Amino acid sequence: MLVSLNWLKQYVDLGSETPESLADKITKTGIEVEGIDYVSERLDHVVVGYVESCEKHPDADKLNVTKVNVGDEVLQIVCGAPNVETGQHVVVAKVGAVLPGNFKIKQAKLRGVESNGMICSLQELGIQEQYVPKDLADGIFVFSESVQIGRDVTDYLNLDDAILELGLTPNRSDALSMLGVAYEVAAILNEEVILPDESYTTTDEQATDLVSVKVEATDDNPYYGAFVAKNVTIKPAPLWMRNYLMAAGIRPINNVVDITNYVLLEYGQPLHAFDFDRFGSNQIVIRRAVANETFVTLDEETRTLNTEHLVITNGQTPQALAGVMGGFESEVNNETSTVLLEAAYFDGKVVRQAVKDHGLRSESSTRFEKGVDPNRVKRAGHRALHLLEKYADAKICVGVSEIDALDYSEKDVVITTERINDRLGTTITDYEIAVILDKLQFTYDQDQSTFTVHVPTRRQDITIFEDMLEEVARIYGYDYLDYTLPEGGQFAGKLSERQALKRFVKQVMEGAGLSEAITYSLTTTERATMLMAPDIKKQVISPVRLAMPMSEEHSTLRLSLLPELLAVASYNQARKEKDLALYEVGTVFVSDEKEITKQPKELNRLAGVLNGQWLTHPFQQEHKAVDFYVAKGIVETLVSRLGMDVTFAKAEIDGMHPGRTAEFYHEGQSIGFIGQVHPTLAKSYDLKAAYVFDLDLEYLYEHVDLEPNFNQIPRFPSMSRDIALVIDEMVPSGDVLATIKQAAGEHLFSLHVFDVYQGEHLPAGKKSLAFNLRYLDPTRTLTDDEVETSYEAVLAAVKSTHGAVLRA
Amino acid sequence: MQEKLQALKEEALVKITEADDLKALEAVRVGYLGKKGPITEVLRGMGKLSAEERPVVGELANTVRAAITEALEVKKQVFETEALNEQLKKEAIDVTLPGRPVTLGGPHLLTSIVTEIEDLFIGMGFEVKEGPEVETDYYNFEALNLPKNHPARDMQDSFYVTEELLMRTHTSPVQARTMGEYKGNKPVKMICPGKVYRRDTDDATHSHQFTQVEGLYVDKNVRMSDLKGVLNQFAKQFFGEEREIRLRPSFFPFTEPSVEMDISCKVCHGKGCSVCKQTGWIEILGGGMVHPDVLKMAGYDPEIYSGFAFGMGPERIAMLKYGVDDIRHFYTNDQRFLAQYHKA
Ligand SMILES: [Zn+2]
Repeated sequence: MLVSLNWLKQYVDLGSETPESLADKITKTGIEVEGIDYVSERLDHVVVGYVESCEKHPDADKLNVTKVNVGDEVLQIVCGAPNVETGQHVVVAKVGAVLPGNFKIKQAKLRGVESNGMICSLQELGIQEQYVPKDLADGIFVFSESVQIGRDVTDYLNLDDAILELGLTPNRSDALSMLGVAYEVAAILNEEVILPDESYTTTDEQATDLVSVKVEATDDNPYYGAFVAKNVTIKPAPLWMRNYLMAAGIRPINNVVDITNYVLLEYGQPLHAFDFDRFGSNQIVIRRAVANETFVTLDEETRTLNTEHLVITNGQTPQALAGVMGGFESEVNNETSTVLLEAAYFDGKVVRQAVKDHGLRSESSTRFEKGVDPNRVKRAGHRALHLLEKYADAKICVGVSEIDALDYSEKDVVITTERINDRLGTTITDYEIAVILDKLQFTYDQDQSTFTVHVPTRRQDITIFEDMLEEVARIYGYDYLDYTLPEGGQFAGKLSERQALKRFVKQVMEGAGLSEAITYSLTTTERATMLMAPDIKKQVISPVRLAMPMSEEHSTLRLSLLPELLAVASYNQARKEKDLALYEVGTVFVSDEKEITKQPKELNRLAGVLNGQWLTHPFQQEHKAVDFYVAKGIVETLVSRLGMDVTFAKAEIDGMHPGRTAEFYHEGQSIGFIGQVHPTLAKSYDLKAAYVFDLDLEYLYEHVDLEPNFNQIPRFPSMSRDIALVIDEMVPSGDVLATIKQAAGEHLFSLHVFDVYQGEHLPAGKKSLAFNLRYLDPTRTLTDDEVETSYEAVLAAVKSTHGAVLRA
Repeated sequence: MQEKLQALKEEALVKITEADDLKALEAVRVGYLGKKGPITEVLRGMGKLSAEERPVVGELANTVRAAITEALEVKKQVFETEALNEQLKKEAIDVTLPGRPVTLGGPHLLTSIVTEIEDLFIGMGFEVKEGPEVETDYYNFEALNLPKNHPARDMQDSFYVTEELLMRTHTSPVQARTMGEYKGNKPVKMICPGKVYRRDTDDATHSHQFTQVEGLYVDKNVRMSDLKGVLNQFAKQFFGEEREIRLRPSFFPFTEPSVEMDISCKVCHGKGCSVCKQTGWIEILGGGMVHPDVLKMAGYDPEIYSGFAFGMGPERIAMLKYGVDDIRHFYTNDQRFLAQYHKA
């Protein structure tokens, strides 16, 4: 809502408020002023002039030489505008004037003819092009009414106006009118509201004799009033009205249309003027449209209607789409002499439907959608008739032809001082509450501390105690509320175990050198199902797709974090950021339904992507590219930090390198995978050798306890044995490890591979694996014999299970 | 004999002084103290001496031997120190060359901000709650006083999956869920951070996915001044002690009264500048007193219980606090962007 302060002053005394001080007060009291715009500025040496003569320039076709009377002198001015004529009242910027844009008017010679000033267009005076009336857009501005020659034009053209741009929240549709804003400002400044003149004289003719009204859809249209104004003269509206409309962002058209728009802005009540002679009948029938009924709106578009739309008809054909737009057939034009003026209350829902279906949002529809004040519907009609009589020479017929089922009652809301103070934490008195209600101009009955407030119908947003609580609080001033801390019980705030573990996992990742990334949950359908972990793949029937995605790019919920992380790697690589180690903790969305009917399972996962070099220290010739074991080391570090014993096994996963991918398990349960992305897939991301890992965090949340257990520090020495085996090259070390572990007995407490060899010293198809075994008994020192026995058992087991022999 | 021993000692000490390497020194040792050396020889001839002379000469011989041994040792240490110094000199490296890098990762900026917010509110006794991102229409809208035909919930603004399921448009449903979980007879004091989704085209200031942190406190006798006090405490801790807050009336369907909170502009301290669009204030979050209908729907009697709620956007806060100029940076994950915020 754009509010001209010069216009607002017609209804409420703004005292000495500047636009800035007023804006600040309005913002703090409840309606955000999003900006202050100045129409132009007070211009010096810019006055009304009278064109006494106008002749062609002797040496230039497009120029005229005019003599312009500016009161105290007659100036010779060369003017290029096509519409300049003798006898016009125009705007003259005299020599010495400075127009907006720092345009200085100087004495000049144009093709040899002296020119002492400039005749101005509205644009040259600083008014935005879009608000300039069409007929004045291509030339100088010409006054259409009597003005005083030589007078400063600032007042005539409202150039010193300031416009407040109000950002209205959905509940404050009452401020979609100048009167509504006036009530708000009056409450803030503790002033009275001056109501507009709604009086007019009438002829003997009765409106009801000229037109009948029938409403067939009362729920949609509880009130419809039709007034008749005869003998109208179509001409420009008075300058002040056009100025205010321009300030409000509405382009002036002619007096009748401008008056309906002016009253719309003034009362917040949309009106519509039909040309009665072209209406097609003397009966108005309001009904729902029939399916496929067509109708040409005044923008000359043919609209196809359906039964969801409400139309104003002449008994046969639609003449207006109720509350949205009038019809082309009965539009007011320059020949219009009798105006049929509609003042009606249309239900928001039916208007919203029409707006949505036809893409036609207008000043009218916006107000009906939000609900207009029942008590202003008919009054707006009277106000328009007052203006039509005054500015369109209209002869007004007596009365109104109407159908009235509208509820005009005021709602009562009971408030008590005690409850207000309880909720706000204040010590407001009964008297202060009464003063606040007076400022709001709400009537009420007071019984000591209990107020029964009769909420005026202009404030449809106030229906319950809390709404009145807000009214009292905001007029009292949020600034005057204390800063208190809750007096309720003590609460111990802490993270849940799940949240604490999630933070811990992130810390381990960051300590391991990975940076956190956050990617989008919505991806392409193709990427959504790419690189799913085996435990996810088992559960998914179909990915979850949006009903109406905005683009294919963000259409489907992910089932793996990896596809978007690879896209991040690709993005960075394209920007010469090749060496990359990223992780993400995020949700995948798993549905076990083909047609989604219930919420998918939302499962937390940890995923990482590694690309390029893991370590570079060039002058020491250290260049360690990311590889499988780097990725695996990160996962191993994490699970060992979490005290989990995890086993790895070769796996085949779509999109992964078939020979360099492992699935890992805890107590037989698959909880993730690691490996190299399949070169074909990597290539589609413009990546070479990218390594990834993916881990089921939900499993960790279930199985990991972050509380450390105290273990006695061993007091007795451990004993160590190394064992080097020659074995078939296809046997995974993990299998041998498992065999050793099983055979070594209860005293084995650590076991790891320390050497892998394959080459000339061994037969083809064989490899050597070397293991270190450490033995410990926390209660005593082990004997050599005990360790030797275990060692022999291990040798026997690996021989029988894997055909492994001691390396010579 | 005694004179001979004295002479040998003098002779040996001179040779030790003159020795210029370990080898020469070793030759002196063998020459004087060795089995075939003159001192051994002297001792061997002791049998010829009288019983009175024997202990005297024996003692002298030992003294001479000890003196030579000590002198040899001292000289040897000199040579060893020199040799070590020589070696260390050779081992010198260029200490100005770069070290071997230790790679540390770091959290995403949004995570840092959310973590800081979480910790501040945990300190004020709030618990952290989470909820589903694919939410039911009921929890996302209806339980928050946004019934089916409410204009604020246009289909065009949300990503629906089915008629009844959508990507949550705010984290407020977690509030409704938590109140439901606490069954209307237990105070609720929680914050809920998380991802939310709106039907927006991604540009410098819009993102179809973003982050929200909402808070809720429902108890007996919760006052609007408590909301002001808690938010003030948060703002001062998060943005700095010198920052002031102000509340302005606003509108949200799930709170009444509703507020918007501004903090005083860091750049101009409230005087007005281009950062704060000349107002002196910067909008940070929205909130208000929980609407009685929301309490009722969650099973709390609004005659007994009252509460406040608030919500803020970590992206917006990051943009204000660190001057990030494009919301897309948070989701592009350019390594150079991510690394800037790993300092803290
Ligand atoms: Zn500022």
